[in-house]
Amino acid sequence: MLQFIARRLLLLLPVMLGVVLVTFLIVRLIPGDPCITMLGERATPAKCEAFLERYGLNDNLGVQFIRYLENLVKGDFGDSIRFTRPVTTLIAERLPLTMELTLLAMIFSTTVGVLLGVISALKRNTIIDTLTMIIANIGVSMPVFWLGLLLAYFFALTLKGTPFVLPPSGRFSAGLSPVDLAEFWNLENLTGMKAFLVELMSNTVLVNALITGDWALFWDSFRHLILPAVAVGTIPMSIIARMTRSSLLEVVGLDYIRAARAKGMTESRVIRKHAMRNALIPIVTIIGIETGSLLSGAVLTETVFNLPGFGTGLVSAILARDYPVVQGFTLVIATIFVLVNLIVDISYAYLDPRIRLE
Amino acid sequence: MENTSELTEIVTQASRQSPTREALRHLWRHSSGKAGIIILGLLILIAIFAPVIAPYDPTQLLKTEIRRDTPCIHLLGCPAEREQHLFGIDGNSRDLFSRVIFGSRLSLQVGVTTMAFAIVIGTLIGAVSAYAGGWLDNILMRTMDVLMAFPSLLLAIAIVSILGTGLINALLAIGIVSIPRFARLVRSTVLTVKDLEFVQASRAMGASGMHILFKRILPNAVTPLIVQGTLGIATAILDAAALSFLGLGAEPPRPEWGLMLGEEKNSIFSAPHLVIFPGIAIMFTVLGFNLLGDGLRDILDPRLTRAGK
Repeated sequence: MLQFIARRLLLLLPVMLGVVLVTFLIVRLIPGDPCITMLGERATPAKCEAFLERYGLNDNLGVQFIRYLENLVKGDFGDSIRFTRPVTTLIAERLPLTMELTLLAMIFSTTVGVLLGVISALKRNTIIDTLTMIIANIGVSMPVFWLGLLLAYFFALTLKGTPFVLPPSGRFSAGLSPVDLAEFWNLENLTGMKAFLVELMSNTVLVNALITGDWALFWDSFRHLILPAVAVGTIPMSIIARMTRSSLLEVVGLDYIRAARAKGMTESRVIRKHAMRNALIPIVTIIGIETGSLLSGAVLTETVFNLPGFGTGLVSAILARDYPVVQGFTLVIATIFVLVNLIVDISYAYLDPRIRLE
Repeated sequence: MENTSELTEIVTQASRQSPTREALRHLWRHSSGKAGIIILGLLILIAIFAPVIAPYDPTQLLKTEIRRDTPCIHLLGCPAEREQHLFGIDGNSRDLFSRVIFGSRLSLQVGVTTMAFAIVIGTLIGAVSAYAGGWLDNILMRTMDVLMAFPSLLLAIAIVSILGTGLINALLAIGIVSIPRFARLVRSTVLTVKDLEFVQASRAMGASGMHILFKRILPNAVTPLIVQGTLGIATAILDAAALSFLGLGAEPPRPEWGLMLGEEKNSIFSAPHLVIFPGIAIMFTVLGFNLLGDGLRDILDPRLTRAGK
């Protein structure tokens, strides 16, 4: 198993290098004068020169790339042109929300998806099966942002005055504010990686609220995330439901399941202990693949629910031509995606010993 | 004697059916395939006859109408002296129904052109990669790996940030993002087929490399390409709508469904009809391609029936 993980990690290196190269090229491939594109038409030649000098855009590409790599290793992602602040600070501010959203959406899509798939498979060719699969087919075809808008309308307006009303925008209600964890723990003069991690944790409102014991904030922030998470999770949920159904149906027909039944095992035990274990393998793969759609969905849903996350940050950076931010954010998202796929591969090997031995 | 004539009857009947017609017949019997054909057929008719169906020009400003007015349908009790607007009036006082109808043209074009682009380039890369092997294969496939290391919509967003916003650039971005899937598919088909006997036979008969590649090897990839291409159109339409929704794709006043949603997303509480109708349009189009793709996969590719019935 360890050998398998080591081999997978080695394979990761060239891919990550390629990812870094792509983000590096984002700025270098812009057609036209990079200075005018980034600073605007009114940039004076002197300002331009200073800008090119500061970002090292005058050197040859090889030198630039090596320097870019060096800086990344040191944890320096450059400065945002708009805010003249380090990109890492912006990442620490905006990444946590997107992670919370993606994670909640993943939990939603996996639990509901697997549940629907199992029900559908067990009640094969009944009205329940047909209905579930119709829902799944429609779920795959809905634009995430549209579903988000509809959910906002239904839960914030139609259900207004009922206990099921949910907030349609923002991260938490006005008047609440998370405590800075550095203050909470009395940490002073933090620098580098430590400061970044504490900042990251501080901005992860759900975790922050748990650490500081602020239950009102936890509940409020959780309620704000429900609608976006459901919107983001619906497409993966539908795909997982379909996958679970077909995967389970394939396994249920096999001889060892008949043998288990013949032994007089209860039906639920047959499904849980025998059928599901083998049906899980393709399901795990699909969860990995769907992480990409979760991350993309998060970007779109943040716009709908006015959430200050990675997606809204990325889009506003593109529209404002703030390229260091675009680079940094793209790199972080790709890294997360690659790592999730690594985890999926490892769990795949854990579930199916044949893969380890290949 | 009777038996022989029966047999010839069966044989001639079988040979009369072309493979395409045979496939279409199976598709029509397949429940999601049939639903897909019906939805898409309807959509294509709407797109072709858009100028006839739509009562107004999609970009025409109706100065006399109230902005974001609710739908006015005569059959449902809207007074006859008022102009009929089936889906209401949008934020720029245009007839939403006409815009949604014309949007079908754009959406179908977007899906088909991006996929055609991705399939052609992907096939070339995959075929060259498998045929040449060695370092070229390595470089091309590692490049595909890197492209696949990004969530597809986010890579498209990054590409748009390089090319600049706009519909054409958005389409190009979505096309580029879809290439790796087809490149891998074609590469693996070519690899499995290129050393089989019928290819060797062709080579022994002195056929040129190009002839072998295009006439003998690549036809084997057509079936999976059709299936993946159909499902890919669905994704491409969703992604294009998403880019336009974010303001990175189609520019106003183009009647693009994603753009319509983006323009009116803040009116969801005051004028929900402006959000509901374009969304339904996107959903049905994507649903049509998804159902057709599922049906095609089930009947064309028996090895891949897993996710279907």
